[in-house]
Amino acid sequence: MLTVRSLKSFYDTICALKAVSIHVNRGEIVTLIGANGSGKSTFLKAIAGLVPKSTGSILFEEREILGRSPSLIVRSGIALVPEGRQLFSPMTVLDNLLLGSYTRYSFRNRRKVLEMTEKTFSSFPVLAERRKQLAGTLSGGEQQMLSIARALMSEPKLLLLDEPSIGLAPKVVEGIFRSLVALKEETRLTVFLVEQNARLALEICQRGYVIETGQVTLSGDRDELLHNKEVLRAYLGKE
Amino acid sequence: MVVWNERYEKIDRKELVQLQLERLQQTLSRVYRRVSHYHNLFNKISFDPLEVSDLTDLNKIPFTTKETLRSAYPYDMFAVPLREVVRMHSTSGTSGEPLVVGYTQNDIEHWTDLTARVLSAGGVTQDDIVQICFPYGLFTGGLGFHYGAEKIGASVIPSSEADVERQIIIMRDYHTTAIVCAPTIAALLCATLEEKGITPAELQLRKGLFGAEPWAESFRREIEEKLRISAVDNYGLTEIMGPGVSYECHLKQGLHISEDHFIPEVIDPETGEVLPPGKKGELVITTITKEAYPLIRYRTGDLTRLIRGPCPCGRSSIRMERVFERLDDMIILNGMKMFPSQFEQIISEAVKPTPSYRLVIDRQGNLDELEIQIEVSKEIFDDEMGKLTDLELKILKVVKGRLDFIPRIRLVEPATLDAPPGIDPPMKKKRVIDRRPRLE
Repeated sequence: MLTVRSLKSFYDTICALKAVSIHVNRGEIVTLIGANGSGKSTFLKAIAGLVPKSTGSILFEEREILGRSPSLIVRSGIALVPEGRQLFSPMTVLDNLLLGSYTRYSFRNRRKVLEMTEKTFSSFPVLAERRKQLAGTLSGGEQQMLSIARALMSEPKLLLLDEPSIGLAPKVVEGIFRSLVALKEETRLTVFLVEQNARLALEICQRGYVIETGQVTLSGDRDELLHNKEVLRAYLGKE
Repeated sequence: MVVWNERYEKIDRKELVQLQLERLQQTLSRVYRRVSHYHNLFNKISFDPLEVSDLTDLNKIPFTTKETLRSAYPYDMFAVPLREVVRMHSTSGTSGEPLVVGYTQNDIEHWTDLTARVLSAGGVTQDDIVQICFPYGLFTGGLGFHYGAEKIGASVIPSSEADVERQIIIMRDYHTTAIVCAPTIAALLCATLEEKGITPAELQLRKGLFGAEPWAESFRREIEEKLRISAVDNYGLTEIMGPGVSYECHLKQGLHISEDHFIPEVIDPETGEVLPPGKKGELVITTITKEAYPLIRYRTGDLTRLIRGPCPCGRSSIRMERVFERLDDMIILNGMKMFPSQFEQIISEAVKPTPSYRLVIDRQGNLDELEIQIEVSKEIFDDEMGKLTDLELKILKVVKGRLDFIPRIRLVEPATLDAPPGIDPPMKKKRVIDRRPRLE
C-alpha cells in the first residue's frame, strides 16, 4: 500500500533522513522504533508532505505522492496524528472533529460528514460525552483520542501516528492502543506507528523497523525484533 | 509439491525488489557501523553506503574475498558482539586456513526456514524419515539440515558420520525415506548396497538431497536408477550461511535462490564486470538478513549462470545453473582455459558405464601436456584391441572438437586410479594431477 524508496529529507542543509526505505501492506500495523532525534517524526512528516526538501520516492497505492501538497495527500487517503496532539484547544471537541473532515466537507456532503461524526463518536464514547467541551479542558488521554478521531474524520486508508503514548500514564496508553487495534480489526485500517515506547509498539504491530540517526538499520517481523538482543537492550531495557 | 514458505518463495517480483532494497540498505548501514573492514573500506573509496538508492548501485562496492575473511580471523568480520552469537561454525580449511562464522538467534531461525525450503522442494514432508549423513559439527551441513527437517516435522535420524555399514543398517531398519548427504557418500552407500546385494525394493528410500560438492547429471541418472529415488541438488557455503542458499525443486531446472535473504550476481572473474543473466561467470552473493556475519558481494569462486523467468513450480525466484566447477578448478593449458567437468562430460558420453579417470598435466619443455588416464573396467574391456583404439579415437575427436587440442590418452588397469568403488561423483580435485613446476 505504501512503498517508500530511498527517502532523503533535509532541514536546511542538515540531512535528517538518509535513504530510508520501508513498505506497509494493507491491513498491517507496522511500527518504526528509534531513539529521540533518530528521524522518526521527520519520516512521518515527509510522508504527510510536511518536509518540502525531500528526495526519493513515496508510492501510495502505486501513485507517487512525494512533492504533493499535504492537503492532496490527505485527500488520497493518508492522515497524520501529529506528535503532541496539536488540537485547537479553544474549540470544542465537535469542532475539532469537523476540522478533520475539512477536505471532504461541503454543503452537499454535510449530512454525510455528520453521520461520520456520529460514527466516530461511537468508536470513542468518551468523546461523545464531551462533544461540547473545549478541547483544551480534556485530559491528556482524551486529547490523544480526539487527535486520532480527528484524523479518522478524513476517512483515511492509512493512519500515521506519531508517538501517541507521549506524556500519558501507562494505563491510558494501553487504552489508546487497545482502541487502535480494535479500529484496525473493524475497519481494515492500515496503521504506521512511530514510537519511542518500543515495548508497546512491538506488542501490537506485525512488523517493525528500527531507525538510528536517519537510517533504518534493522527490520523484521515482530518476533524477529523481539529476538534481537540489540533491540531488547537498546529499546526494551532488557538483559 | 509443497512450497514451504509461500509468502517468500512465490513473492511478487516488484515486492521482492522493495524488500531487497530495504534489507540491503539496512545491512550496509549496519556493516558500516559495526564491521571495521567495511567501515575502513567504504571510507577509503569514499563510498557512502547510503548512496545505494537502487539495487544496481550495489556494483559500486568492491568485492569481499576469502582472503579478507581469512585476515579477519577469528572474529573481525562479526557485526554483533559475541554475546549475541548463539552458534559458530567453521569451514573445513581444506583449501587454506579455516574461517569462523557466527549466527544470532534470528540467523538460526532464518537458516532453519531456508533448509526447510530446500527439503520441501526436494519432496520432504512430515511423513518422511530423513537420514542426515552430513557431519554434525563445525561443518554446516548436519545441524543446518537437522533444524530444517525438524521444523517440517519429519522424523530426523542424525546419523552424521557413522560408517557406511551402519548407515545402511539404519537406512534399511529404520525405513529411511529421504537421505541428505554429500554425493560422495551417496555413491559410497550405493556401491556398498550393491556389494551386499541389498536391492532398492528392500528399502523405503524415495528421495535424495545431495549437496556440498558438485555432482554430474550422469551421476544423477545413475543414482536415481540404481536407488530408485528422485535426486535433487542444493547449494550453499559456510561463509554465506551453509546449505539453504539455493535448491532445486522437483522440476530440476536450476536452483532457486532464496532472494529474500541473498542478492546474487554473476561476474566476469577477471574483470569483475557484472554479467547479464544467461552468461556464465563467478557467483557473487550479498547477504541481506544476516545479523552476525553479513557479507557484501562475496566472491564464492563457484561458476554458474543465472536463469531469469518463472519456474513452472510457481516459485518466483531467480535460478542459478547447477555448479559444476569452481574457479580454482580451472585448468590453464598453454593459455587455454578448461574445466575438469568438460572432460567428465566427454568421457561419460563416450564410455558407458562412466569409467574412473584422471587428468595428469605436465610440462615438456615450454609446452603443457595433458594426459587422460582411463581405467578399463571389465565392462569396457574388450579382447579386440581395435575396439579400445576406437574408444581412444572417439575421445580424442571430441576433445579436439570441443576444446581444440589433442590430449594423450592412456588406458590403465582397473583399480589403479584409487577412486571409491562403484559410481562416484565426478569432479573431485583428486581427478586432476598437476605435475607442472610452479612458476614463482
